[in-house]
Amino acid sequence: MRLVAENLGGERGGRTVFSGIDFAVQEGEATVITGPNGAGKSTLLRVVAGLLPATSGQVRFENGGEAFPTPAAAAHFLAHLNAMKPVLTVAENLSFWAQFQGADNDVETALARVGLQAVAHLPFGYLSTGQRRRASVARMLVSSRPLWLLDEPTTGMDADSVGQFSILMKEHLAGGGMILAATHLPLGLGDAAELRMTASTMDAAEVSA
Amino acid sequence: MLALYMREMKLASRAGGSALTGVLFFLAVVAAMPFALGPDIGLLARIGPAVLWVGALLASLLCLDRLFQADRDDGSLDLLVMARDRHMLPIVVLVKCLAHWTAGILPLVIASPLLGLILNMDPLAIGATALTLLIGTPAIAFVGAAGAAVAVGLPRGGVLVSVLVLPLVIPVLVFGVSASYAAVNEPDPFLPPFLILTALTLFLAVIGPAAAALALRYPAD
Repeated sequence: MRLVAENLGGERGGRTVFSGIDFAVQEGEATVITGPNGAGKSTLLRVVAGLLPATSGQVRFENGGEAFPTPAAAAHFLAHLNAMKPVLTVAENLSFWAQFQGADNDVETALARVGLQAVAHLPFGYLSTGQRRRASVARMLVSSRPLWLLDEPTTGMDADSVGQFSILMKEHLAGGGMILAATHLPLGLGDAAELRMTASTMDAAEVSA
Repeated sequence: MLALYMREMKLASRAGGSALTGVLFFLAVVAAMPFALGPDIGLLARIGPAVLWVGALLASLLCLDRLFQADRDDGSLDLLVMARDRHMLPIVVLVKCLAHWTAGILPLVIASPLLGLILNMDPLAIGATALTLLIGTPAIAFVGAAGAAVAVGLPRGGVLVSVLVLPLVIPVLVFGVSASYAAVNEPDPFLPPFLILTALTLFLAVIGPAAAALALRYPAD
């Protein structure tokens, strides 16, 4: 399995944010997207996830077979928002996503992996920012997908949780998974490839406009 | 899909859910009507089905804008859209519509016979109106889904949803009310408008979710 982007371009609100991006992520590989604010890191992830149209080029998921025909089908997307309902408990939220996305692990195991079994019965809205983030990580553990799209995954997590999360990411990679992460903070993935995005394309677009 | 339905039902019934809002609004609109019209009991009975239908229509439109907005605000909508290779997006929308109807609009239908008594309607008219509401109100949810999907990215999209949806649900209103009247007024046939109402609901059950799914293709923009 392989995620390939060729000459990829994306826009936000009619303005080109990036263009001509090429990269490929193989099984067991991680790519970290870096760059200043506004360079288009989140937009790139949304284009890969199929949530924004690509203005040029294409992104595809190769050899995914029947189960994973597109990057969207093959991916877990951990965006800025956690996709959890504040009035439902952590366990209810997770078991909904487990049933909707297809469960490969049970909810208790996933919560134990992120150290949240003690708060499983609490409404999601009662959790702290870091705990919410870890609950979202547990969502990715419940159903297995080869590709993890992570947008600033460690925001709000304490040092221990970041360490725990980097262990989970390494396990995911060791199992043949792929990671495409946008971040400003080191994720503890030593040998990850880096895709550096610059704000220059955006400035050029502004000048030409 | 059942999981999605159960989640929507739980959300509607928990604190902050919209299950009761519609019923209370419906109650307020219909209960205010006798005071506004004065003590003419015959007039109330004559316009009863129309009042119930307009009240139910407005109450149904009240909570429609939250149908996708809530999911967009917490990021769930992204994941629902991303799962479209596994669960077809129109089916996801259809399930959300059915849950919205069960939680928010079915209580209106159940409350309508009681409110019919306030309006001095006779039992046959009450029964016919409740039946047409039962058959016709799902159509409001289906059309409303398309409107809610178009307005999902807009702040204060609620008014826009109502304005977009209202012209499209007028046929439902027309045939719903005419079927209710036909049940009471002897020479008018009940069945033709009632069957057209049923057909409208079935037609919109296909068109509405498909249109909503198209509009939700890129939920952030």
